[in-house]
Amino acid sequence: MNIGDVKVLSVDGRVDATTAQQLQGTVLDSAHNSPKLLIDLSKVDYMSSAGLRVMLLLHREIQENNGRVVLVGIQERIRDAMEITGFLKHFAVVPDVQAGIEMIG
Amino acid sequence: MQRIDTYPTHEFNGYKLRPGKPEPFGATLVPGGINFAIYSSHATACVLVLFEKGAKEPFIEIPFFEEFLIGDVYAMIVFDLNYENLEYGFRIDGPHDPKNGHRFNPYQIVMDPYARQIGGRDLWGAPYDDDDPYPHRAQVMVDDFDWEGDKPLNIPIEDLIVYEMHVRGFTQDPSSKVKSPGTFAGLVEKIPYLKDLGVNCIELMPIFEFDEFEYDRVNPKTGERLMNYWGYSTVGFFAPKSGYAATSPFGMQADELKNLIKECHNNGIEVWLDVVFNHTAEGNEEGPTISFRGIDNKTYYLLTPEGHYYNFSGTGNTLNCNHPIVRMMVRDCLRYWVSEYHIDGFRFDLASILGRDQNGAPLPNPPLLEMLAYDPILANSKLIAEAWDAGGLYQVGSFPAYGRWAEWNGKYRDDIRKFVKGDRGMVGVVSTRVQGSPDLYADRGPTSSVNFITAHDGFTLWDLVSYNNKHNYANGEDGRDGTNENYSWNCGWEGETDNPEILALRERQFKNFLTILMMSQGVPMLLMGDEVGHTKRGNNNTYCHDNELNWFDWRLIRSNRHLYRFTRNLIKLRKKHHILRTRKFFEHQDYMGSGYPDISFHGTKLWQPDWSDNSYSLAFLLCGRHAGEGFDVDDYVYVILNAYWETLWFDLPPLSEDRKWRVSVNTMMASPKDCYSPGREPLLKNQEQLMVGDRSVVVLVGR
Repeated sequence: MNIGDVKVLSVDGRVDATTAQQLQGTVLDSAHNSPKLLIDLSKVDYMSSAGLRVMLLLHREIQENNGRVVLVGIQERIRDAMEITGFLKHFAVVPDVQAGIEMIG
Repeated sequence: MQRIDTYPTHEFNGYKLRPGKPEPFGATLVPGGINFAIYSSHATACVLVLFEKGAKEPFIEIPFFEEFLIGDVYAMIVFDLNYENLEYGFRIDGPHDPKNGHRFNPYQIVMDPYARQIGGRDLWGAPYDDDDPYPHRAQVMVDDFDWEGDKPLNIPIEDLIVYEMHVRGFTQDPSSKVKSPGTFAGLVEKIPYLKDLGVNCIELMPIFEFDEFEYDRVNPKTGERLMNYWGYSTVGFFAPKSGYAATSPFGMQADELKNLIKECHNNGIEVWLDVVFNHTAEGNEEGPTISFRGIDNKTYYLLTPEGHYYNFSGTGNTLNCNHPIVRMMVRDCLRYWVSEYHIDGFRFDLASILGRDQNGAPLPNPPLLEMLAYDPILANSKLIAEAWDAGGLYQVGSFPAYGRWAEWNGKYRDDIRKFVKGDRGMVGVVSTRVQGSPDLYADRGPTSSVNFITAHDGFTLWDLVSYNNKHNYANGEDGRDGTNENYSWNCGWEGETDNPEILALRERQFKNFLTILMMSQGVPMLLMGDEVGHTKRGNNNTYCHDNELNWFDWRLIRSNRHLYRFTRNLIKLRKKHHILRTRKFFEHQDYMGSGYPDISFHGTKLWQPDWSDNSYSLAFLLCGRHAGEGFDVDDYVYVILNAYWETLWFDLPPLSEDRKWRVSVNTMMASPKDCYSPGREPLLKNQEQLMVGDRSVVVLVGR
C-alpha cells in the first residue's frame, strides 16, 4: 500500500529466524523501489534477535539510498528489547501510521 | 558470489551434512547451515545432540562420521537448521577410568566449552526442571553488533578510578527504580550515577554464565535457599550470564551486554571483567558433569596421580591452565571478549593458579601468563592478577609480570588497615604503600599496584570500622568461611549503635581510609556501595546472599549524602592533580630545582618523620613542580596522616610567595567542612602550623 510517496508495509505475528528471511526479501525489495518506507509493527507480538537484525539491515539499505524509514506501533516489550540492546536509536519510531506519514511523507 | 562448498555431501535421518571446519571451535553460522567443532583427545566417538529451545527431548542426534574427525577435532556442518530456536550438546564416548583420569559418560549430554550463548537459566532465580537431561544448553548466536566505531578506551591505568561491582546487586533493589532491575540494562540506566561519582572504570564481578542454583544449602536463620550470588564458578567462559540480561527471552544477551559496554565507553568508563579461570562449576568427583569433565577430564583438570581433583582453588577442582589445550582456550576466550565485546581489562581471580604446572607446582616462567602478556589482540588490555590462590601461593609483588601484569595489592589493603586502626610500627611500611609500593614493584612502577581497602571479599568499608569480627552465621557454614584476618576495629562497640561518639569516630576512620586510598600512587579501587556506607551487617563473605546484604540501597545516597559527597570530592581531587598519578616511582630527588624533592616525608616537625615503632603519624609533601616527571606543573599537595589517638600540631612546609596552603580535606571536621571541591578550598589562616585531630587525615593543596 502507498500513502502519497510513502510505501506502507504491515507485518503480522512472530518475526524470528524462520520468518525473518522472508521478511527481509519483501522489505528489501520495497526499500529498493521506494526511498520512503513505513513499517507497521503493531500486529507483531514477538520479534527475535534475527527479526531486529532484519530491521537494522533495512535501515542501512535505505540510508544508502538516501531514503527514510519509520517504525510504527511497536509493542512495549519489543520496544524495550530494542532500546536496551541499542537497536532503537537507529530508527525513527512513532505510535501510529498517521504520525509516521506526517514525519516522512 | 556463492561459495562452491555450500552443498551437503552426507545425510543422516533426513538431515543434510558436510564435513565441517575444525576452526573456529564452537558453533558458527556458515552459508546454509551451522558448523560444529569440538575437541577431545581421549574420546572414541562423538554425537551431536540437537534440541528445540527448551525442549526436554532432542529432535535429532547425529553421530560425527569418521571422516568428520580432523586430528582430535570433531567437525561437521548441519544444513537447514533454525539457529534461533536451537540448542545443541554432545554425547561423547570414551573410557570411564577415573584412576587414569578419564570420566567419559555417553549417557550425559555435555555442553560445548566454546558456547557463546547458554540457555537453561534465562531468568535469574526462575524455577527449573530438576530432571532436565541437559540443564545448561549451548545456543547459537551471531556476533554482529553495531559498534559504530567504538573501541576499548585505553585510558592510562594510573588515571583510572576502578569501581568493583556486581551487575545484579547494583540495581536489583527496588530503590533503584530502573525498568529492568538486576540486569545489564539496569546498569545502563545508572551510568549517570557512576559519572557523577567520578569513577572511570567498572570492574564487573563474574558475568560469564554460571549457575545461581549451584548450592543446595539454606540460610540457617531464615530457611531461604542460598544462591551462588557472586558467580565465581564458571559454566561457560564464552557466554554472558543469561540471567543478567533482560532480553534473554529474545536471545539478545550479547547485544544487551555489548550495548552496556558501548554506553560506558561513550561516557568515558572502561569495563573490566573479573574472570575465573582457576576452576569451573563442575566441582570435584561429587559435582555435576556439565562440560569439561565429560569432554576430556584429563586435559582440562589438574588431577592427582590417583585421578582425584587437586583443589588449589578451594572450590573442588582446578583448571589445568598450563596444558597447551587449556591455555589455548583461555587465550581464545580473552581474545573473544576483547574483539567482540570491546572489554578494556581483566582481573584474574586467584591468578596464581595460572602459574602452576600440570602437577600443581609453581612454574618460574608460566607459559600461560607469558602468552597472555605478549598476545597481539590483548596488547592494550589491562591484565590484573589476584596474585594468590587457595593452595598457599602468595605472589603479591612477585607475580610473573612480563612488564604487563598489574596486581591487586593485598599488602596495601592489610597495611593501611593496620595503620588506620592504630597498630604499632606501621609508619615505615605505609610510606611505601602511599608511593605505590616500590618495595613490591621496584622494576615495574606504581601502575602495577591496584590499591584497595575493601573488595567483594571481606568487610565493606563501613563494616571495617564497625566490626572486630566476621558475622557469617547466615552463610550456613558455622563461621568456617570468610577470612579471620580483617584488621578491623569497631571503634568501641560491635555492630550497630546509636552512640554518637562511636558513630563520629567510625565516620572519621571511614573517611581516613578513603582519603589515604585516593592520595596513594597506583590505581585506586572502590567497592560498590562504599561511597554511601553500605553495610553487610558484619558478614565478610556474602557470596551466597541474593538480598539486601548485597544489593545497593539507592536510598543511602540521600541518607548518607555526606559520605557520598566526601567520596565524590576525593575523586575530583585525585583527578585534578597529576602529582597523585605518577607513572614512575618518585626519585626522592629535587631534579627540578624547586627546593623540594618530588616526594618528601615529614613528622610533626618538617624533615623529621618519626619512623619508630611508637610513631602513629606521618606527613608527606608532593611537589607540584615534579608532576609528570617535571613535564607538567601541578599544585603542591601536603598529606598529613595522624592515626594517633591524640591531637598533634604539624609544621607546614613553606611555599614560595605565590602559593598558599588551602584545606582540601580534614576528616576531623563534620560535613560539609570535611572536604572542598577543587578550586574552592579555603585558605589556611596559619600557614606555618596546623592542628590535626586525633585519628584524622588532612590534605592541603598549595597553589
